[in-house]
Amino acid sequence: MTETQPAIHVKALHKSFGDLEVLKGIDFRVDAGEVVCVIGPSGSGKSTLLRCINRLEDSQAGEILIEGEDITDLDADVDKLRTNIGMVFQQFNLFPHLSVLKNLTVAPIGVLKRDKAEAIKFAHEMLERVGLAEKASAFPAHLSGGQQQRVAIARALCMQPDMMLFDEPTSALDPELIGEVLDVMRSLADEGMTMMVVTHEISFAKEVADRVVFMDGGVVVEEGPPLDVLDNPQTDRARQFLRQVKEH
Amino acid sequence: MGSFVLALYMNLTPRQKTKIYITSMYVLAAVVALAVGLLADWERIGRNFFNTEVMRDMFPDVIFIAAKNTLLYTALSFSMGLVLALMLALMRLSSIAPFRAFAMVYIELLRGLPALITLIFVGFGVPIAFGWSIPGGTLGTGSLGLAIVAGAYMAETIRAGIEAVPKGQTEAARSLGMSKTRTMFTITLPQAFRIIIPPLTNELVLLIKDTSLFFVLGSTPGTKELTKFARDFLNSTKNATPLTVAAIVYLIITLPLTYMVRRLEKSAAKAR
Ligand SMILES: Nc1ncnc2c1ncn2[C@@H]1O[C@H](COP(=O)(O)OP(=O)(O)OP(=O)(O)O)[C@@H](O)[C@H]1O
Ligand SMILES: [Mg+2]
Repeated sequence: MTETQPAIHVKALHKSFGDLEVLKGIDFRVDAGEVVCVIGPSGSGKSTLLRCINRLEDSQAGEILIEGEDITDLDADVDKLRTNIGMVFQQFNLFPHLSVLKNLTVAPIGVLKRDKAEAIKFAHEMLERVGLAEKASAFPAHLSGGQQQRVAIARALCMQPDMMLFDEPTSALDPELIGEVLDVMRSLADEGMTMMVVTHEISFAKEVADRVVFMDGGVVVEEGPPLDVLDNPQTDRARQFLRQVKEH
Repeated sequence: MGSFVLALYMNLTPRQKTKIYITSMYVLAAVVALAVGLLADWERIGRNFFNTEVMRDMFPDVIFIAAKNTLLYTALSFSMGLVLALMLALMRLSSIAPFRAFAMVYIELLRGLPALITLIFVGFGVPIAFGWSIPGGTLGTGSLGLAIVAGAYMAETIRAGIEAVPKGQTEAARSLGMSKTRTMFTITLPQAFRIIIPPLTNELVLLIKDTSLFFVLGSTPGTKELTKFARDFLNSTKNATPLTVAAIVYLIITLPLTYMVRRLEKSAAKAR
């Protein structure tokens, strides 16, 4: 083992849906405590990459090492590896038949076999952390989009993962609700959480990311410190994409 | 004359035409009702269908034996059918091809056959062929027979319910480290069952009525359900009142259920 083992290490990853090759050899790493933002045009494979990392999608070639363990290995204990990778979806995907508190405790109790009282106590702490302490007994349908997404983040945090994946966490939100979710993510980053964030929020990326990765057509086209990639892109494709994003 | 009336009618506004149409339908209905009321032999109908003496003779057995048996057979058929249906639905959605094939063949086969055939097969075919009969007498045999049929229908309902739960639910659960099985039982199925409570209740109502098929299995005084009980009473009293009573008891059981289904469907439609 090297002295700094990356949290996520993707090596020569290939992924196809039938004849459509979506990821064409991705090499890329996220170190522990690092915040990496992934940007790129629609259809470039950002979501697919994220979903491969916790194996919601199977890949055809390459490796994905999660703290050194290859999650693409057929013998890997995927369920166990996933408990260490929090995932936040664009559509929140809260469990509508469970209260907020149950949403937060169902996996810690069922999967991690946490003591029930302890899990509930921790869930309340996480709710407090995302600013929703008073919503423990509410049902997801009665929350705003921004509140739902913050609950989803709290749900992932309740598993005490070493790293978090975010797939366009604010894209489904009304503009006035985006800020509250970004605030929570910013505070997570400040506390040293390892994060990989697919986002179109360029200013968030600029402020929070340690590194920005620009993807297009299933490959990583450019990566580096946010100010380099976002303000001074080296490739035409990145320049064109950023111009389009900034116009909106 | 005819063309004159027609010409008059053509000159009316659509609203007036509608009014004339509705009025004439009410008149027609009143005439039919009056004709039935005058022509029917009410004395005879009363004596044969609403004979209070026969009604009195039917109590309390019609409730404490017949209705009780109908409910018991229904409950057992339904619960066994539900377990079977759940297994079939999970097999139908399994990644293992032979499971899928088996469930598909089973479902198509049993939905294509009359329930009576299945009941006779379980009650008589199996004992003849294998030399042993299903334990539990009429209760066991009949309930299993109906469960086998109901399982096929409910399997399709459950499968549809499972498929109606958004894919994101499974993905969120799996991303939290839940196994496939845990995800199915704690996340997917609870949501699926909410969606399918109305169709499952319809299935329950069908089953209540299908318990009348138990007659083919033969019966003792203690195992008669409503229909058989009423028919035997009809034979011994030479009077049709037992059918009326049985019909009323059936409706007392089924109408609240169908009403509930309608309510649930309405609130589900509103929630959408
Ligand atoms: N399940 C699937 N089956 C077939 N094709 C898929 C599937 N999921 C994604 N794709 C295709 O893979 C390509 C990459 O999709 P992906 O969702 O990863 O893009 P993205 O970069 O996340 O885009 P967006 O910004 O719109 O979210 C697209 O062409 C998409 O149509
Ligand atoms: Mg995407």
